[in-house]
Amino acid sequence: MFKIVRREEMAEGTVILNEIEAPAIAKKALPGQFVILKAGEDGERIPLTMAYTDKDNGTITIIYMVVGKSTELFKELQVGDSFTDVIGPLGKATHLEKLGKVICVGGGTGVAVLHPITRAMKEIGNDVTCIIGARTKDLLILEEQMTEASHDLRVCTDDGSYGHHGFVTDVMKEVLEQGDVKQVVAIGPVPMMKAVSNITKEFNVPTLVSLNPIMVDGTGMCGGCRVSVAGETKFACVDGPEFDGHQVDYDELMLRLQAYLEDEKKCHNDYCTIRDAQ
Amino acid sequence: MAEKAKKNPRVAMPEQDPQVRARNFLEVPTGYTPKMAQEEAARCLQCKKPACVAGCPVEVDIPGFIDLISQGDITAAIRNLWTKNALPAVCGRVCPQEIQCEGKCIVGKKGEPVAIGNLERFCADYERENGTGELPPKAEATGKKVAVVGSGPSGLTVAGDLILKGHDVTILEAFHKPGGVLVYGIPEFRLPKDIVAQEVNFLERLGVKLECNAVVGRTVSLDELFEEGYDAIYVGVGAGLPRFMNLPGENLVGILSANEYLTRANLMKAYKFPEVDTPIPMGKNVVVLGAGNVAMDAARTAMRLGAENVRVVYRRSREEMPARQAEIHHAEEEGIEMYLLTNPTQYLGNEKGRLTGMECLKMELGEPDDSGRRRPVPIEGSEFHLECDLCIVAVGSGANPLLTSETPDMKLNQWGYVMTEEHSGKTTKKGVWAGGDIVTGAATVILAMGAGREAANSIHDYLTLGW
Ligand SMILES: Cc1cc2nc3c(=O)[nH]c(=O)nc-3n(C[C@H](O)[C@H](O)[C@H](O)COP(=O)(O)OP(=O)(O)OC[C@H]3O[C@@H](n4cnc5c(N)ncnc54)[C@H](O)[C@@H]3O)c2cc1C
Ligand SMILES: Cc1cc2nc3c(=O)[nH]c(=O)nc-3n(C[C@H](O)[C@H](O)[C@H](O)COP(=O)(O)OP(=O)(O)OC[C@H]3O[C@@H](n4cnc5c(N)ncnc54)[C@H](O)[C@@H]3O)c2cc1C
Ligand code: SF4
Ligand code: SF4
Ligand code: FES
Repeated sequence: MFKIVRREEMAEGTVILNEIEAPAIAKKALPGQFVILKAGEDGERIPLTMAYTDKDNGTITIIYMVVGKSTELFKELQVGDSFTDVIGPLGKATHLEKLGKVICVGGGTGVAVLHPITRAMKEIGNDVTCIIGARTKDLLILEEQMTEASHDLRVCTDDGSYGHHGFVTDVMKEVLEQGDVKQVVAIGPVPMMKAVSNITKEFNVPTLVSLNPIMVDGTGMCGGCRVSVAGETKFACVDGPEFDGHQVDYDELMLRLQAYLEDEKKCHNDYCTIRDAQ
Repeated sequence: MAEKAKKNPRVAMPEQDPQVRARNFLEVPTGYTPKMAQEEAARCLQCKKPACVAGCPVEVDIPGFIDLISQGDITAAIRNLWTKNALPAVCGRVCPQEIQCEGKCIVGKKGEPVAIGNLERFCADYERENGTGELPPKAEATGKKVAVVGSGPSGLTVAGDLILKGHDVTILEAFHKPGGVLVYGIPEFRLPKDIVAQEVNFLERLGVKLECNAVVGRTVSLDELFEEGYDAIYVGVGAGLPRFMNLPGENLVGILSANEYLTRANLMKAYKFPEVDTPIPMGKNVVVLGAGNVAMDAARTAMRLGAENVRVVYRRSREEMPARQAEIHHAEEEGIEMYLLTNPTQYLGNEKGRLTGMECLKMELGEPDDSGRRRPVPIEGSEFHLECDLCIVAVGSGANPLLTSETPDMKLNQWGYVMTEEHSGKTTKKGVWAGGDIVTGAATVILAMGAGREAANSIHDYLTLGW
């Protein structure tokens, strides 16, 4: 069992942070890697990126958005409760290199995934501009942490309630126009990563994105996580989750993410109805 | 000949009615009664030079255990079986007996062979239900530590053998539940999961430690295991890499590898969705590509999940179908259609990226190929469309590189399988053995267990005598 030692709610309870005891995983984890978690005997296996790892205390931290039944169940777990299973570290670590000027772009909970990468980029000596966005001010997460992890943080909200009024891509374009950008890292909803990649392609700036297809095992044995990159099929759990943003077939990914939409919706609704009735 | 067969027919094992079982997940054959078992045992001629034994990869003392059944001493019969085969309840159910033990049985020359598999299963089930559960004696502790990577049949065999020889054994398993293909691949209706759980529990009672959620190569490497104090390691990680056909449209929603489909259904129990949290696509018109055991399991699972029709598409003819005969027979009884000499050429989808059908070509048999089987060649202009909303790809699996790519000093062959010394399972890395599907490629439960036994003997020699 993997005990929760710290729990926080963010963005009005739509985003949850759990720090979990998992010493073996904490010891090995690198930025960009993820774990698969399961709560309860009949739970689903859910992949989430490690936002922090603490080798000394033997803990890992996940930050996730509550979107369906499984994340709803995770949300109910309190400090002292445990996840039944935590598996990892999975996936390839981010390839880190001292390049010079780098932009890290994050949207939604993608910011949580972006955080350890941003910090590592700064630590090895890059000049990091970070651009994060949310629909509205109250949904913005990790602003403080991202300020620390980068040299220059820009914030955007879709509704203009905070920071720049508009999309992260607008701000990114401005920074790109100043020139000299060596790499962009973009993590967030698929449409955001697609938009970012379209722009960076024009500027000819290499772009890294982190993909989140539906997964089961996370070890390359099921092929459920397949994505098309440069016209080739890749398994995101072992070949990724990070890929060259200019080569990803985002439209296919979006369609594949909806494979179980109807089932999941029903399952989630049934669950909420029963829970609320109790 | 037929006359004789009729005179001395094999005792049939009772089965659930096809119409009923095609919609439930309960086991299909329901087992022999002690009386049936004795009656069937009486058909064995107790050959002096038993051909059947030569047909069994682990040389079970077939006339020996059958004789004990005849005498009514099931307790002794199961102990006899255990000396060669640690998982008789499993092998009795899933071995391809018709090409192994039963295929060689002398009685089979003139009629139906002795039902060796059924009898093996009977003994194991009888012991499980009526036995004392008494543990076999264990040798004195040696103080040596062994790590077994993977909890499929080969890993379980190694763990069981070495714990009895007095070593300290820990199994490391990547999934959250032990059993390998026995739990995530082979469905409940063919191998109830309680049986596997009980076998694992037996090992735990003997003192084997089990660590699930340990992805070796990621969570911990082989070298780190040595640093932690293990003296020897057995690698039995199976052949878990799904193969696809590389046809246009393969990433449409509704096309799954058999690994994914069966893992959802068996390991995650998605057939109970939404009672459990993991979903599984419910196909109305289902196509399964391939004709091995895996394909039959996927097809029969789809039928049980409520498909209107399930078609198995295979490019060769019936004779070449690699599945166990019993499974093909069961599948057909349950209403699964065989589209033989048929090869898919592309998947068709709609604007939502969902599978709607596939294009296939009719084939005919030409000259024999390298494998000695007649090569299927396409018939020109024979294209036709098959409507389907779910396609399960069961055309084989390869070597999963997750562990091996992190272990460069363990030599692989050109297909990525681990190279081992014959009859010992030693790899090129000191202190490391390997066996089962990760060495042979996808094979059978009994071969994986046989490899495990050989490796366990070799590991024991190493731990007591040296490399
Ligand atoms: C490598 C990786 C890292 C991720 N990291 C994070 C993270 O740090 N924070 C975060 O909030 N989210 C992350 N996700 C997404 C997260 O896994 C999904 O939001 C979660 O699985 C939804 O489950 P649910 O049952 O609550 O929702 P559901 O109702 O099941 O589904 C909501 C949506 O989530 C997606 N989804 C469902 N099941 C899975 C699954 N097994 N695997 C992947 N996606 C699925 C589907 O697109 C679905 O439309 C990551 C995904 C991957 C693959
Ligand atoms: C659907 C299906 C039906 C079959 N039907 C039959 C049948 O009827 N008769 C028959 O004889 N054979 C059958 N087979 C084949 C048989 O199941 C296999 O040959 C046998 O299970 C191989 O055993 P194994 O111990 O080598 O590997 P597996 O059973 O594959 O077990 C390997 C285990 O290792 C674990 N693992 C993998 N990588 C790692 C890692 N890095 N770290 C830790 N653990 C890891 C896996 O999760 C798995 O649990 C079938 C196979 C399938 C898939
Ligand atoms: S282990 Fe398999 S092959 Fe050997 S006797 Fe038993 S059923 Fe036959
Ligand atoms: S070959 Fe057949 S008849 Fe002879 S010992 Fe074996 S099972 Fe019995
Ligand atoms: S999640 Fe199964 S192969 Fe990637």
